[in-house]
Amino acid sequence: MSERTREVSGAPAAAQVATAAPALRLTHRQLTLAAAALLALAWGWLPDFTVTLLNYIGLHALVALGLVLMTGIGGMTSFGQAAFVGLGAYATAWLCTAPEVAAALQGLPAALLPWAGLALGLALTFAVAWGLGAVTLRLGGHYLPLATIAWGLSLYFLFGNLSFLGGHTGLTGVPPLSLGAWTLADPRALGVLIWAVLLLVLWALHNLLDSRQGRAIRALKSGRVMAESMGVDTARQRTRVFVLAALLAALSGWLYAHLQRFVNPTPFNINIGIEYLFMAVVGGSGHLWGAVLGATLIALLKEQLQDWLPKIFGMSGNFEIIVFGLLMMWVLQRYAEGLWPTLAGWARRAGVVPTPQTLPPPMALPERPLPAPGTVLLEARDVTKRFGGLVANAQVSLQVRAGEVHALIGPNGAGKSTFFNMVSGVDDPTEGEVRLLGEPMTGRPARDFAARGLGRTFQHVRLLVQRSVLDNVMLGAHLRGRAGWLASMLWLERHEEAALQADALRQIERCGLSEYTHTPAGSLALGQQRIVEIARALAGHPALLLLDEPAAGLRHREKQALARLLDQLRRQGLGILIVEHDMEFVMNLADRITVLDFGTVIAHGTPAEVQRDPRVLQAYLGDDLGTGGAA
Amino acid sequence: MDGLIALFLVQDGLINGAIYALMALALVLVFSVTRVIFVPQGELVAYGALTMAVLRAGGMPATLWLLLALAAATLALELWRQWRGGQVDWWSTALWCVGAPALAALAVWWQPQGLLAQALVVVLVVTPLGPLIYRLAFRPLSHATVLVLLIVSVALHGVLMGLGLWFFGAEGARTPPFSEARFDWGGLPVSGQSLVVLAATGVLVLAMFAFFEHTVLGKALRATAINRVGARLMGIPTELSGDLSFALAAFIGAVCGLLIAPITTIYYDTGFLIGLKGFVAAIIGGLSSYPVALLGALLVGQLEAFASFWASAFKEVLVFTLIIPVLLWRSLRSHHVEDEE
Repeated sequence: MSERTREVSGAPAAAQVATAAPALRLTHRQLTLAAAALLALAWGWLPDFTVTLLNYIGLHALVALGLVLMTGIGGMTSFGQAAFVGLGAYATAWLCTAPEVAAALQGLPAALLPWAGLALGLALTFAVAWGLGAVTLRLGGHYLPLATIAWGLSLYFLFGNLSFLGGHTGLTGVPPLSLGAWTLADPRALGVLIWAVLLLVLWALHNLLDSRQGRAIRALKSGRVMAESMGVDTARQRTRVFVLAALLAALSGWLYAHLQRFVNPTPFNINIGIEYLFMAVVGGSGHLWGAVLGATLIALLKEQLQDWLPKIFGMSGNFEIIVFGLLMMWVLQRYAEGLWPTLAGWARRAGVVPTPQTLPPPMALPERPLPAPGTVLLEARDVTKRFGGLVANAQVSLQVRAGEVHALIGPNGAGKSTFFNMVSGVDDPTEGEVRLLGEPMTGRPARDFAARGLGRTFQHVRLLVQRSVLDNVMLGAHLRGRAGWLASMLWLERHEEAALQADALRQIERCGLSEYTHTPAGSLALGQQRIVEIARALAGHPALLLLDEPAAGLRHREKQALARLLDQLRRQGLGILIVEHDMEFVMNLADRITVLDFGTVIAHGTPAEVQRDPRVLQAYLGDDLGTGGAA
Repeated sequence: MDGLIALFLVQDGLINGAIYALMALALVLVFSVTRVIFVPQGELVAYGALTMAVLRAGGMPATLWLLLALAAATLALELWRQWRGGQVDWWSTALWCVGAPALAALAVWWQPQGLLAQALVVVLVVTPLGPLIYRLAFRPLSHATVLVLLIVSVALHGVLMGLGLWFFGAEGARTPPFSEARFDWGGLPVSGQSLVVLAATGVLVLAMFAFFEHTVLGKALRATAINRVGARLMGIPTELSGDLSFALAAFIGAVCGLLIAPITTIYYDTGFLIGLKGFVAAIIGGLSSYPVALLGALLVGQLEAFASFWASAFKEVLVFTLIIPVLLWRSLRSHHVEDEE
């Protein structure tokens, strides 16, 4: 369901499904609804044992879903989710049983206490997760998981040592949930709520991933520099993903406390936190339904292992972890994507097709007028960058104006990439200043550059290789949309989504990539991938375009098409700064050229002027002309 | 609290800090060379301590069987790789899959009675576990992200801890100290074992320093840590660096186990906590700086000692919570996002 390929109005739907034998011709949505209906119908007749098992699968899947969102989709992970489950469970158990709470909340009907417990659990979890995220998520990806190990252990020790939480014996006498007149004391009744919550969360997360915010989450995994350059606040987005995962865990804990009717520290141990991660990884950490599959597999396996392992090892103890650990290592070595893709492959062969996408009419997106031709868009003043003793750029000054193509050339190692990083917010200059549309940008992150109208491509292509060209290009339009997480989960932003999509399709067509709209970006030739990056940059409607070697890997005809496109953009009033090694391409296209060598500007002027400059000839060809190979 | 108690706590913290320092060094070493955050480092400490306890009791340590099984599995894996057309370095394979396990088996079979000789046997049994674990669990994933390697690491921790329970049972063990001497330094009782711990740590730290500064092998490891691709282009086989760094980590684990088992009772799952405290120290050093990690370890040791005096039930909570301000401090120092490998 999460891996559906999109079908867009105007794209031939038949072309995509023609290869599948149409034995069944169910869409993903129909299949999901049918399965849910079947489960609902059978629920009353299932044996108690199966209901209990399904309840636990539902509770575990809820936690694993958060981990899928983090691990496979957002590129982070957590070993401490069990602690959040514990927070949710203990919050409601304490609130429902503590005498001091009863005294303080006398006015509240007893039936409402669990709901107050839910609110408390979610609030606590939110605070803790947000705090942990804030201190770790700006750092490298491995600091969060390490912090979650430490946090998971701490909380476990805390639960066991706080007397008002009952120490190691825990809290008993947790009341059942009640919804109006219904009391959900029977596990079978509460199971309905558990699975309703799970399906609702699946629906909301599926919507989220198929939206502007979802693209931003996916972008986190394949390099934060790229995501920031598209305008995504990666630290904030990562924090939100982590907080959401933690809240799902707390929700599961709340349901668990009212199912089990007592809590003690054991199920919130770090080992259980690791087990939750097993579920996500084994099931398929890149796929929402992988969480449900993983929770099911681990639950069934655990059921079996608890019978067998004591016989094999001759004693009782937590030996499942040996089997689970080996299983997880095997899965990561052999099936990095988990088992869900295999299952999805069977379904595809049986004739299950992706749900066709239907979008409402697009809304009008706000348009930023382009600056008048000749306006200075980008200005670098005496920019110097030192790495220790090495001076990569020495007092480089350069201006890019609206309506012109400005080329930055120079031999390898001249400092072009360093300069590019500084004028796009990836790195700060040691001295000097970078101004974008008149505003000083020193110390500002790349996303602020994007917000002020800078679009860029990368020397080493940075695309989401598994996602379609359309998805990649739509990511470039991130800052043109406004929809937040909640609107995306409830799909209240479909008008905006339609507008973003329509615009992305226009950029794809403009760049000549229409036939690849639904192709995974990673399967294109490298030269075409560079063009996808240009389309992605254009989707943000930039005033200034920074292109890092856009013609590398293109064939002659493709280069001509690219030159035509850039010329057309220049006529529309965009400013373009281009780093390129293909001299023919540069000389025919650029209005002005700046030449860098050993970090300093050695020449500046029109192509004709630069070509005659003796220092340029020396830099490119060496002292005795003609012996060295020109770039 | 009077001055003597404070001194006593400082001493206690210094000894534990020394152990954490060794753990932190091993963790930084393995991470910088292989990008693996080696969570099971702590299990090797427990294996070292409990193997010693079994030898003291005149038993046959199950860690030897584990070593032989891993050696056989690795040998099978390498043969399979060869058969599939891969390049196998048979010299190092013979060393870790045949030579080292044979030596360990001989050493166990020799059944020495002396304390130091038994310690040597423990080191011979535990050290080869490192490279074998590396080859089986991590090398097939050498191109995976740090995150995937970390998940494998945690899975491996679970496996080794479960096996530890099976091998050694749920009861803890203590081993006799290497020195029975007792000193009285102005009213402060100092045990010989404490001095042994400090001396051994000092010697190991200096030896590691000399190894990295003055030997070709050590320089090769450092080069790999700084730039894996560059090191490979210079002809340094990165896979062998992996073997070597894991062997060093396992060796340090075994030594830590031997040093700490006379001071605290070690259970099959104690190692995890010891390892994690080493982690807190390593994180203070940003998983990259050896000196800062060393200082971090001493800080963790002191914090733990004083926490156990004031709020012993919350000792672990306080130590692990230390990583939050540390991370905050590191976080405030970083401005721009960087891509990870």
